[in-house]
Amino acid sequence: MRISPSFGLRTAVAAFVMLLTVPASLAQQPIKVGIVTLLSGPAAGPFGVPARNAAELTAETLNAGTVPAPYTQKGFGGTPIELVIIDEAGGPQKQVAEFRNLAPRVDIVIGYISSGDCLAIAPVAEELKKLTILFDCGTPRIFEDASYKYVFRTGPTGTMDNVSVALYLVERNPNVKSIAGINQNYAWGQDSWADFENSMKTLKPGIEVKTSQMPKLFAGQFGAEITTLLGSGAEVIHSSMWGGDLEGLVLQGAPRGLFEKHKVILSAGEPAINRLSTRIPDGTILGARGPFGPFAPDTELARWLKTNYQDRYQVPPNYASFKMAQAILAVKAAYEKAKGAGSAVPDQDRIIAALENLTFEGPGGAVKMSLGKGHQAIMDAAVGTTKVEGGQLKMVDVVRYPAEKVNPPDGVKSEAWIKSDLKK
Amino acid sequence: MSNILPVAFDGIAYGSWLFLMSAGLTLIYGVMRILNVAHGSLYALGAYAACSFASAWLNGGLPAAGSFGMLLLAAIVVGGLVGPLLERGLLQWMYGKDEVVLVLITYAVFLIMEDVIKLVWGVDSLLLPEPYALPGNFSLGGLAYPAYNLLLIGMALVTGLALVWALYRTRQGKLLLAVIHDREMSMAMGINVSRFYLATFTVGATLAALGGALTAPTVAVTPGIGVEVIVLAFAVVVIGGLGSLGGAALGALLVGLVRSATVRYWPEAELFSIYAVMAIVLIARPKGLFAAQEARKI
Amino acid sequence: MKALAAAAVALALLIALALLAPQWLVFMAMLALAKGVVVLGLVVLMRTGLVSFGQGLYFGIGAYAAALLSHQWHIADAAVMLLAAAAAGGLIAALLGLLLARYRDIFFAMLSLALSMILYGLLVKSAALGSTDGFNLHARTFFGMAFASGMERRVFLIAGSACAVVAALMVHRLLGRHWGRLASAVRDNELRVSYLGASPYRVVYVNYLIAGALAGFGGALAALAVGHVDPETTYWTTSGEFVFIAILGGTQSIIAPFVAAAIFEALRTIASQYAPNVWQMSLGLAMLAIIMFQPAGLWSLAERWRRSA
Repeated sequence: MRISPSFGLRTAVAAFVMLLTVPASLAQQPIKVGIVTLLSGPAAGPFGVPARNAAELTAETLNAGTVPAPYTQKGFGGTPIELVIIDEAGGPQKQVAEFRNLAPRVDIVIGYISSGDCLAIAPVAEELKKLTILFDCGTPRIFEDASYKYVFRTGPTGTMDNVSVALYLVERNPNVKSIAGINQNYAWGQDSWADFENSMKTLKPGIEVKTSQMPKLFAGQFGAEITTLLGSGAEVIHSSMWGGDLEGLVLQGAPRGLFEKHKVILSAGEPAINRLSTRIPDGTILGARGPFGPFAPDTELARWLKTNYQDRYQVPPNYASFKMAQAILAVKAAYEKAKGAGSAVPDQDRIIAALENLTFEGPGGAVKMSLGKGHQAIMDAAVGTTKVEGGQLKMVDVVRYPAEKVNPPDGVKSEAWIKSDLKK
Repeated sequence: MSNILPVAFDGIAYGSWLFLMSAGLTLIYGVMRILNVAHGSLYALGAYAACSFASAWLNGGLPAAGSFGMLLLAAIVVGGLVGPLLERGLLQWMYGKDEVVLVLITYAVFLIMEDVIKLVWGVDSLLLPEPYALPGNFSLGGLAYPAYNLLLIGMALVTGLALVWALYRTRQGKLLLAVIHDREMSMAMGINVSRFYLATFTVGATLAALGGALTAPTVAVTPGIGVEVIVLAFAVVVIGGLGSLGGAALGALLVGLVRSATVRYWPEAELFSIYAVMAIVLIARPKGLFAAQEARKI
Repeated sequence: MKALAAAAVALALLIALALLAPQWLVFMAMLALAKGVVVLGLVVLMRTGLVSFGQGLYFGIGAYAAALLSHQWHIADAAVMLLAAAAAGGLIAALLGLLLARYRDIFFAMLSLALSMILYGLLVKSAALGSTDGFNLHARTFFGMAFASGMERRVFLIAGSACAVVAALMVHRLLGRHWGRLASAVRDNELRVSYLGASPYRVVYVNYLIAGALAGFGGALAALAVGHVDPETTYWTTSGEFVFIAILGGTQSIIAPFVAAAIFEALRTIASQYAPNVWQMSLGLAMLAIIMFQPAGLWSLAERWRRSA
């Protein structure tokens, strides 16, 4: 065997020197905010890029001081903020590596759309003692299975999405007898279906589940699945699909009468409005993972996001945009609360103390950090029904469910709560 | 009986789609011994180009039926441009390398193309529902099916028959069979092997693009659509026996039928039905269904 | 002797790195080391002319074995995890090897890929294991010794390094002898090997088993570094990455897999930090450049340098 130790040495040293140059200087002037969102892959279009756009828009308008009250102060407490944006693609292992490289370069990290990434990042953030805001991922497991000091999630969990559509359905169809589902075969799809199925069983004991279709994630083609659904005889079809899969389901299902023969619920369907608009058949029940997008309240803050975003990117902001803006505003609110009247720059621990149990105003309305020992947000849920009017898709019959009605109390796991206490 | 008909039809439709994808892959492998990962990129390019071409056509107010022609045109343009570009610009310098290295080269091409597609078309999905809705529905066992699927099945049939005819009934095809059989001997006999490689890769690339172009109207064209088809097409080709057209057809049909039956009767298993078929076939027939006999070299 | 000296130097270097480097570098080194061990196994397999596109199967088994120990049975000892993972990898390889050792070329590659994808499917379907989200694992002790937070990962890196260096030495010894020549002979002409009275099946089987055990070990080491496992570890892209690292380094040396893994990690990190929008393209271009200009792997650079020196 031909081994040259000194060469191995040299190469290894060279490789590590290359690595050492990676974390840039820790410039302290502006507050550096790391933004991690999907810039490539199938989730970039519906979530990643709308979130990045909202981050850039929010940072710029905050620095210019043009965000409406209560966020009129420039930057964070007068100090401008600067974004460092990286791609979330590549899976949890890669993201942990990226997070460890990013953390020394920034003051705060805001990001993560994938629940797998959130679960993997949270303990690392804790280890590195870096304030980290999860803005979008849905799994309630993060704060139900563990507790963290440095990790917060400013968006509601996925639990309320499916609880609220189940409540909405039962209010409108009190005699519903059978349901079926078509969800992507990965954690989000499985959890969403389980939440919906369990909610329906709690609300309507004895409800019949005709079929639960679980096509592969990003399969895109659902011919056989639609055939099975059409033949299942279920009254209601639930889907938590998103992105290209959801668009494919609507494009393939609508011409075959899937939406006419069944009441269809798209529990995370809101981002598809920007893509499909009037192609979404009338009477479809739609959720937006919170009071976002078309469900946003008519406040100055919501108008700020909607008009500025529309002007700049020529599309309305979707729920991912709302949740990103909300995460940045949460940090701003906490930062300024920690800073108080004094002029001193608050340290991380004081920001964390300020963010715990904070109630603040987001573009979707009030956000209460009331679960997970003050680290997990709850918000109102909103559900509506689609209707095409004058060539435009409108949301009609919109219902807002108070946050406490569609989220479990602190300390109770979502699954157990749905199975027992939902009715109370 | 009423259950079997829809399962069979969905299976055949899905199998036709798989065949369009795997025909080019198996052809390229048969002739050039390259397991082409970039096949997925060509599929994606075909789908994106089809969206651009057909949308431009429809936005121009031209008759909607013409959008079908645009799908074909997109496939030919992508295959005719990118195919030779890849073969002449890159692959021709790589022949003779190990099969695994060639897989990695095409994987590198795939990675590069992913970002190129993103830079050209952005990350938002593209929709092209008009050609899908245009032929309307037909009824089978009381359920509505899109007539577009018949078109897909027809295209797969035409493509398969055209390939068989070209290979076995034309002079060039027979020369190509000679190249497949023994490359060195063919060169010694004066066949311009390099030219056949170029032609084969171009045809294979066009088939991949055609698969993408014909799929575009049925789905939302998003970044990453190429990844999903690569392993599917690989599985089909391996099940059928690498380099065998008939094998690819049978493999596609088998996978299509198994998948639609799984969706119907055991939806939880859909995720690995294809890999289970592949494993079972390989365990029973280690070189696939239609494997060529190989001489034992001592 | 030369190999022993090289091993000692490498180990000393890794220990110094583990003790002195900042946390993020310790993490990167652990991940690179984990992948290096997997690729070492792949290189052993490649000596017989076989490339597995399914090493993710054993990488995943190792990672999940370690994580399940802490999650289901509350055994949070890194040493137990690493050993159990290698054993689990070896055990499954001993079983599947009975089947796979009959296969050659692309069929070996594709059947191993199919098996790893079936495991992927099973993991995705397991709601109890968090499906695609996976779950966290915590290792707090090493052979019963507890360490301060922050120190533990450094200890794990030292332990991992020691194991990796020993494994590399053993592989080096094995391949340098009769067995290595037999493996190369199987690659070159299997029929002649059997005419000479040796069993190609046995050679392939044993090498497959070694590769499986090493991949299991690597999986546990990676899981310890990341602190989280998910089904992506068994996905075909993960397996493809191992093959790429193997080709990047070249198969003629047992140090090459580790160096190549370190370079690969560095390359990917730099690409995704400085070109977040085109990191895939950057990676692809780097891959093409290496294959074109260093066809025998980066290690051929070392060879050339050594000869000229």
